Amino acid sequence: MSNAPSHLRYTRSHEWIETISDDTYRIGISDHAQDLLGDMVFIELPEAGSTVSASDECAVVESVKAASDVYSPLSGEIIEINEALEDSPDLVNRDPYGDGWLFTVKATDSSELDELMSADEYVALTNEE
Amino acid sequence: MTRNTIDQPQDGVIFEKSHRGRSNSCQAPQLNASETTAPLSIPASLLRKSAPLLPEVSEMQAVRHFTRLSQKNFSIDTHFYPLGSCTMKYNPRACNTLAMLPGFLNFHPLAPVETGQGFMACLYELQEILKEVTGMKAVSLTPMAGAQGEFAGMAMIRAYHDARGDTARCEVICPDAAHGTNPATAVMCGYKVKEIPTRADGDIDIEALKEAVGPQTAGIMLTNPSTVGVFERRITEIAKIVHDAGGLLYYDGANLNAILGKVRPGDMGFDVIHMNLHKTFSTPHGGGGPGAGPVGVSERLTPFLPVPMVDYRGDQYRWLTRKDRPQSIGQLSAFAGNAGVLMRAYIYARLLGREGMPRIAEYSVLNANYMMVELQKRGFDLAFPSRRATHEFIVTLKRQAKRLDVTAMDFAKRLLDYGYHAPTTYFPLLVPECFLIEPTETEDKETLDGFIDAMAKIQHEAETQAEMVRAAPYTLPSRRLDDVRAARELDIVWSSKE
Repeated sequence: MSNAPSHLRYTRSHEWIETISDDTYRIGISDHAQDLLGDMVFIELPEAGSTVSASDECAVVESVKAASDVYSPLSGEIIEINEALEDSPDLVNRDPYGDGWLFTVKATDSSELDELMSADEYVALTNEE
Repeated sequence: MTRNTIDQPQDGVIFEKSHRGRSNSCQAPQLNASETTAPLSIPASLLRKSAPLLPEVSEMQAVRHFTRLSQKNFSIDTHFYPLGSCTMKYNPRACNTLAMLPGFLNFHPLAPVETGQGFMACLYELQEILKEVTGMKAVSLTPMAGAQGEFAGMAMIRAYHDARGDTARCEVICPDAAHGTNPATAVMCGYKVKEIPTRADGDIDIEALKEAVGPQTAGIMLTNPSTVGVFERRITEIAKIVHDAGGLLYYDGANLNAILGKVRPGDMGFDVIHMNLHKTFSTPHGGGGPGAGPVGVSERLTPFLPVPMVDYRGDQYRWLTRKDRPQSIGQLSAFAGNAGVLMRAYIYARLLGREGMPRIAEYSVLNANYMMVELQKRGFDLAFPSRRATHEFIVTLKRQAKRLDVTAMDFAKRLLDYGYHAPTTYFPLLVPECFLIEPTETEDKETLDGFIDAMAKIQHEAETQAEMVRAAPYTLPSRRLDDVRAARELDIVWSSKE
């Protein structure tokens, strides 16, 4: 069974969302997702300052097995990206909820958070898979 | 497997065998300086100032080096090669021999057409055969590989919408099980990709399709049978939904082998199809080809076909060029595609004849279903157990990965030790730890049984000595490669250590 910290929220497409402040959120991919994809070899991140809409493809995680799109769970502006991933994509494998975070969004519509799953719901989903 | 073998030295590249000044002294022509002077007609500015950096080896070194490398190949001629979605089937020698007849071989593409009527007649007939077997209105042979065929197909869809001034169509729909080339092609042609899900039974989700289509839909790209190895049962309904929305249907011909001479994409409602002759029509495949990816189209797309095509007006075969077809998307290669490969496909088609084509479909489907049922009996899990397979099927090793920590990749590497090329692994992406297995029609029952036995033996090894399976292969020139490091630290240019 995969590890999904209870203070995070999750999407069906395996992103996690951490609340940083009132309207800023940090995004990454779940432990389950990194485990399925295997060793990361390349991470393509959005540009800081760009705007995204919820469920837009905004990053790509590429492993030895597959290249997979990452969808922004929220609409808003990308305010920070994890530049360490450029040299160390394996951070996503080693520490998916910590040093392996992908980007931070300043959200424009916090009601989009209601669409997201709790850790329990997410774990139930991954157990079905 | 433990063996008391002596480690053979790695062959490396031929430059590593080079010794300065070595030549084949007993056989090489002994030339003096005046004889090696270049003819005066070559301008001095174009003459080399120094000798080219070629490996300096003896003739025997060169012969043995390349012979040894060729013997290390896993190929159709040496091994069972069940690479799903790739249709790795036997290339009959007759096709090669006949295509190499001097009359075919020596026809230059710029020679007057009167001197190449035989060659052109073959190409014309191949166009006609492909039209008939796919149910399309017209065919152009010129795309030089499957990916170029896909590009040509989507470029025609774009040209069609543009010609009608219908420029708001900006989206192409692809199922999540699509070949990676499909969304890539759509993007290359300037479209956005909209992905729709596959249901648990392997068919695409029709409700999701209905929601996805609209005035922005340029078309949908489908493979049928799909990449999950089942026939899309509601294809006529899908065609109607997409056509009603004003979109076109693109058929990826990767899996045409399963339905050859049985069902025609044109009759299913497709508007464009590309065919991989290096799969279905048994021309050489792999290692970069050369491939051939002809395209066929429905009536409304015929003006846009790439040129040249071959025309016949009762007395003479001639090239159709842009002059004849002003709306064509243009030329995709200098001449008429990989003409030698087209010739092999033509001969293959003529050897089979109309009666032979359905047998290809029947035996490829029979072989796949036999293997699927036998593997299930041996305890392997099928990804789509409720469905009959087409020419390929999916086994998922998710249970083995979870319980034994032995992954699909470990099974694949261990199969090499048993003398079988691994099936396609980790594709389609939506099935975890998967093997996509395609035996093709040319394999006998004993070979299929041998593969099934090897899988059962590896399963037993995984249960009793997982560590050993995880370190396979043991019998090949290279052991387990570090694919992660290879991808992270790309090093693809050889440089001398000197």
